[in-house]
Amino acid sequence: MAAPARDDRAREEPARGDEILTVRNLSKHFEVTGGFLGGRRGVVKAVDDVSFSIRRGETLGLVGESGCGKTTTGRCVLQLEKATSGSILFEGKDLAKASPAELRAVRRKMQVIFQDPYSSLNPRMTVGQIIAEPLAVYGIVPDRAAREVRVKELLGHAGLLPGMARRYPHELSGGQRQRVGIARALAMEPTLIVCDEPVSALDVSIQAQIINLLEELQTGFGLTYLFVAHDLSVVRHISDRVAVMYLGKIVEITDRQSLYENPQHPYTKALLSAVPIPDPAVELTRERTVLGGEVPSPLNPPPGCVFHPRCPIAIEECKAGVPPLREVQPGHLAACIRV
Amino acid sequence: MAQDGDLLLDVKNLQTQFAASGGVVRAVDGVSWDVRAGETVALVGESGCGKSVTALSIMRLVSAPAGRILDGQILFKGRDLLQLPEDEMRRVRGREIGMIFQEPMTSLNPVLTVGRQLTEPPEIHLGMSPAQSRARAIELLGMVGISDPERRLKQYPHQFSGGMRQRMMIAMAMACSPALILADEPTTALDVTIQAQILELMKGLSRKMGVAMVMITHNLGVVARYADRVNVMYAGRIVERGTAREIYANPRHPYTLGLLRSVPRLDEPRRAKLLPIQGQPPDLSRLPPGCAFQPRCQYAIERCLREAPPLEPVSPGHVSACWVAAELGQKATA
Repeated sequence: MAAPARDDRAREEPARGDEILTVRNLSKHFEVTGGFLGGRRGVVKAVDDVSFSIRRGETLGLVGESGCGKTTTGRCVLQLEKATSGSILFEGKDLAKASPAELRAVRRKMQVIFQDPYSSLNPRMTVGQIIAEPLAVYGIVPDRAAREVRVKELLGHAGLLPGMARRYPHELSGGQRQRVGIARALAMEPTLIVCDEPVSALDVSIQAQIINLLEELQTGFGLTYLFVAHDLSVVRHISDRVAVMYLGKIVEITDRQSLYENPQHPYTKALLSAVPIPDPAVELTRERTVLGGEVPSPLNPPPGCVFHPRCPIAIEECKAGVPPLREVQPGHLAACIRV
Repeated sequence: MAQDGDLLLDVKNLQTQFAASGGVVRAVDGVSWDVRAGETVALVGESGCGKSVTALSIMRLVSAPAGRILDGQILFKGRDLLQLPEDEMRRVRGREIGMIFQEPMTSLNPVLTVGRQLTEPPEIHLGMSPAQSRARAIELLGMVGISDPERRLKQYPHQFSGGMRQRMMIAMAMACSPALILADEPTTALDVTIQAQILELMKGLSRKMGVAMVMITHNLGVVARYADRVNVMYAGRIVERGTAREIYANPRHPYTLGLLRSVPRLDEPRRAKLLPIQGQPPDLSRLPPGCAFQPRCQYAIERCLREAPPLEPVSPGHVSACWVAAELGQKATA
């Protein structure tokens, strides 16, 4: 598939390099109720003092295991969750202070692609209707006939044939459904797309198709991605920079090359070592650190560094205080007192 | 006790079909493969390739009337499981062949304690007394690395984490010291650090106890680390088989080659672009004529459109179902 031509609007935007999204000290706490009288049981700090920024045209990968807060971070950015504290600046505007009208405009420019394309598409609507709906609701293409043309164009960008517009989601394969989700996101002419595990529900042979498509669209439309995923190989492929999360905190953040070739945080090292390599000859000689234990309950996180109970290099001091995210090498931040 | 290397399971020309509204789905379409005592054999493929149905067929758990085993033999220690009366088959399940499923929460009984679920198989199959089976359950939990087993026996599955539930599934599968364990995507629902723990545990136990293992998965990395031999499945058939080393170093089926090329690898320099397999897996009720992989295959020739290729040897112990397998080998070495 040929890369789509660059839109006019992409040229009007400022050049690549400025910060399109800045997240400062973001926290999202959930109160857990329950028990016999429905009383308050505690607070889950799903996202706990997270800061990062993404430059225009760049892809930031957000990796971690289930429950680490990566999806909640994405949902806070999208304004689908109200942050407990901290600020989110999108194209220079603080979203907490934005008026409802401003937020509506922001929502258009920030789109999302979900993990499960089946549950995120309305089963009673045809593919054409699904993609046309936001075009009509936001008045992007008010004219009905023009809308049909635009839908076909969007289907083409996502690598689908125009005839697909008449089909229903259940008639499509997983990969095709994900392409519909991508076309729908593109319909809003976004600048930032939060991709939440966009390929993890797909078969291996289809994953590569979708990743290539996302990359082509990024180049073609100057898109910025926040790429939330647990698959470290996929994240390395697509990301310019990577943040690793553990139990609500970013434990390491740097550019792709430094993270994968020179990981600093013991959790990042363990994660990388746990990924099996599809080559028996490599696996035979490979050194691996298998982490003991499991991710602790976020209701009752360990004191000090939350990783210390599983950490192979933890010392007594690790229990004493939460290690700050600090620059351990130029441009390379890690939250560990042992590096 | 079977010696290592003896043929333990021999599946011959297995055919399992399902009646669906769109026609007959040939989920497993004449597959033959075997497992020797003590070895780990992988069935690899993507969703719908027939790998799970193959495992269910071995256990005779294909749900009737929609699904039925049409033809074939499943020889386990020389006996054809497909010919056994149901009461004898029950003695095979759990006693001689254990099973581990992908989603432990749906395969554990939520209203029975962990202890009850672990003591039941030894009581039924081995005639243990409650005291003996309790001692066995404690031993099993310790073996799979669950601490404080006495307290854990009184708990329910929902009080366990995902990784602990999978450990419990392994303990249940091991309860009667079976000769073979079928593990269907045993770590797919788990996080990568927990996946590593569970796989190391399974491999260690299978070595220590001499249990043969059938590992059903879509994850090529898991296969590379843990399997001795590999069967690659596509659209209900085995398209390639060989030792893990041979399959990865010298793939001779375009589908295997495509799968290996399409995944990004952490140990290799990052490529500018991934090399996906084009197209979609076929609809099993409407398979294309000739080779089922032909519409997606970049090496397809005219013959592939007409005739389905049989599995044929390409090197000792390595078979491939492809008309151009020989040329694929030359391309790889060239």
